[in-house]
Amino acid sequence: MSAESVNRKRRRLLLVTTGLGAVGGLFTAFPFVMSMTPSARARAMGAPVTVDISKLEPGQRLVVEWRGKPVWIVRRTQAMLDGLPKIDNELADPKSEVNQQPVYAQNEWRSIKPSILVLVGICTHLGCSPLPKLEVGPASGLGADWPGGFFCPCHGSKFDLAGRVFKDVPAPSNLVVPQYGFLSDTRIIIGVHREGAA
Amino acid sequence: MMQKVLAWIDVRFPLTKVWEEHLAKYYAPRNFNFWYYFGSLALLVLVIQIITGIVLAMHYKPDARLAFASVEYIMRDVPWGWLMRYLHSTGASAFFVVVYLHMFRGLLYGSHRNPRELIWIIGMLIFIALMAESFMGYLLPWGNMSYWGAQVIISLFDAIPLIGPTLAEWIRGDFVVSDATLNRFFSLHVAAVPLALVGLVYVHIVALHKVGSNNPDGIDIKKHKGADGVPLDGIPFHPYYTVKDMVGVTVFLMLFAAVIFFAPEMGGWFLEHDNFVPANILQTPPEIKPLWYFTPYYSILRANTVNFLWIPAKLWGVFFMGLSLVLFFFLPWLDRSPVKSIRYRGWIFKTALTVFAISFVTLGYVGTKPPEGLYKTLAQVCTVLYFAFFFLMPWYTRIDKIKPVPDRVT
Amino acid sequence: MKSVFLLFILALIPTSVLATEASGIKLEPVQIDVNDRASLQRGARLFVNYCLSCHSAAYMRYNRMGQDLGISNEMVEQNLMFAADKVGELMTVSMPAKDAKKWFGTPPPDLTVISRARGPQWIYNYLRSFYREEKWPGRWNNAVFPNVAMPHVLYGLQGTQRAVFETREDGTKVIAKFEMQQPGTMDKAEYDAAVRDLTNFLVYLGEPAKLVRYHLGLYVLAFLVIFFVFVYLLKKEYWKDVH
Repeated sequence: MSAESVNRKRRRLLLVTTGLGAVGGLFTAFPFVMSMTPSARARAMGAPVTVDISKLEPGQRLVVEWRGKPVWIVRRTQAMLDGLPKIDNELADPKSEVNQQPVYAQNEWRSIKPSILVLVGICTHLGCSPLPKLEVGPASGLGADWPGGFFCPCHGSKFDLAGRVFKDVPAPSNLVVPQYGFLSDTRIIIGVHREGAA
Repeated sequence: MMQKVLAWIDVRFPLTKVWEEHLAKYYAPRNFNFWYYFGSLALLVLVIQIITGIVLAMHYKPDARLAFASVEYIMRDVPWGWLMRYLHSTGASAFFVVVYLHMFRGLLYGSHRNPRELIWIIGMLIFIALMAESFMGYLLPWGNMSYWGAQVIISLFDAIPLIGPTLAEWIRGDFVVSDATLNRFFSLHVAAVPLALVGLVYVHIVALHKVGSNNPDGIDIKKHKGADGVPLDGIPFHPYYTVKDMVGVTVFLMLFAAVIFFAPEMGGWFLEHDNFVPANILQTPPEIKPLWYFTPYYSILRANTVNFLWIPAKLWGVFFMGLSLVLFFFLPWLDRSPVKSIRYRGWIFKTALTVFAISFVTLGYVGTKPPEGLYKTLAQVCTVLYFAFFFLMPWYTRIDKIKPVPDRVT
Repeated sequence: MKSVFLLFILALIPTSVLATEASGIKLEPVQIDVNDRASLQRGARLFVNYCLSCHSAAYMRYNRMGQDLGISNEMVEQNLMFAADKVGELMTVSMPAKDAKKWFGTPPPDLTVISRARGPQWIYNYLRSFYREEKWPGRWNNAVFPNVAMPHVLYGLQGTQRAVFETREDGTKVIAKFEMQQPGTMDKAEYDAAVRDLTNFLVYLGEPAKLVRYHLGLYVLAFLVIFFVFVYLLKKEYWKDVH
């Protein structure tokens, strides 16, 4: 056998063995990487939550925790709902075209029932939780022409009473509407869409 | 392109130089045998322990109220957590298996002798750091055996005159083993001792590569160099020993995987049954014993039950246990034989080493049994034999008949 | 005071093995098979009905159990879950530890990993060795775990047994056998099978990873064997230079 054929054989063997070792290495890496994904406990905590909204007055907001995030439930007044279409030209995405909500909430109120608004209370800019500024006008501290909504103290992003983002603020998109559904007139389930009896 | 990148790096960092000095142009004797696998295997196990340890530390809680539950959380709720834990728990035992064999190799071929005394001493420091590491790691699951094991071992320090009780309290940070102890053991186990271990392993290898590896013939390969300055009996570590060690690594991984997947408890030797009961300060496990790798020393600790020279038996036990480790440090100077390898020694040393190995294993076995009757006698006899191996060494190595050592490796 | 005394007694009991020797009853072997899903399901039903009211399995989640045993979340909610609201919850118990200590003298231990502490054989025999203590009317005793605080929860199934003692040559009185006083709803074979199911379930509960690890281990070993062949050939190829 010439030295050349030895070397070629050696090279081939080396490549196969290295390849096999690399495959083994990848399979070994898999459990290590997976061990850092959410555990069964985290998943259990992320289970849907049921909220009783019977005590929620019109014009009021309720905050609940779901998957470690604040979820807001606002019972909007008729006046609030009437005001929504009037400010469309001040908004970045008035028709909710960006996929920030389930299909059943892709309407002018961004909700299943017009009066009940459900939002994940996390600013789409950098993850702060905006403050409620539900009152209209100067009482909110945001000037006389404030139509009511939410204001993020971190970088000044503004959202209206449907969680739609205003133009010329740092936040790029509307607030997220989570999956939710009505178990009855007074009970909401957050985390899954479930049409209840009501 | 690669050449350019390499050249750029070499100006700023001695990459090629390190590669050549420690692998491609590190000339190792060509006659390494089976016993020479365990050094690289020990390094492999160290890496396994560090990586799995990092993952476990992400999920473990060093809190007396949460620790036990967090281990079960790892076993069930964390994706693949059970595998991480079994790799780590089996790795601990595997570490001692390969390190004990690695040390025995040293005794066989005189790897501790001139000029490698410092490598041996650093190695002993690694061994002691490893004992500390595994002892503290063993407390973390906060099972009943963890708790009482720590209680017993820390109480040994009580025996030290004058400062003993204060020292034991200082180690525990409390009057008994408690949350404070668990918390500090966690810190030491994941930060302090691993740092020391990695540092010691580094100097162990630096010292080895300074003088070069010993071999089963115990002769210096640097005495016969070719025209190019390369030892005639030396071969580059890479690729020859890297491919050879890969064979050893693969066989080791087979055994390792077999334990992890088919017998992670190893019948109670690697994970003890009583450690699946949460720590209970009111109830000692019926048979309290350390994990298998400590049992030889545990046997020596309890072998003596007589107070003599006005010193209580307990203190003698601690003294003998300490001495049994300290003597290893002096081994390079206790051995007076003109040859290194067992191949060229006479029957006296061969017998002495065999008796020592048998005593060591027997002490280990007896350490898992209650100190009564035959077991107690065995422990005492083997303790005497253990010490005789060291104390008589200057004498029997000198009178032992030796065979002529060849000039070149065989 | 009484409970402290009881704990003290418990601490003095050496091992299960010694205890059984004294009772003269030998531990019978039990066939464990965590891949027997039907057995695990029957065991789970017994466990939630008879054990989970006092003992917790606080490191285990209901939905994990359902998933491993092939039971849907809805089925778990309806049939196996009495003390929790959501299937993702841990199998805890609502009995406060303080009350439990008052009632039984010692709080019932968590059973999640009991099979790993005691071993399946011990559990199997323990659950079959309850008998009426004639010295203290209305109380139970156990041949495997003498003076145990736990009453015989499964007596409705097994029936009520009485211990028959014999005196050994060295004068110690030991239990020779059991005598059925009042039969339960199961005969001996049925009861043994039920206890075996329960033991099987406890073994699974102690280590759910058992369901995957043998399987996975075979693949890992198969890979390593193939890898070994190539590594070995490679080593031989390179070492031609040396020899």
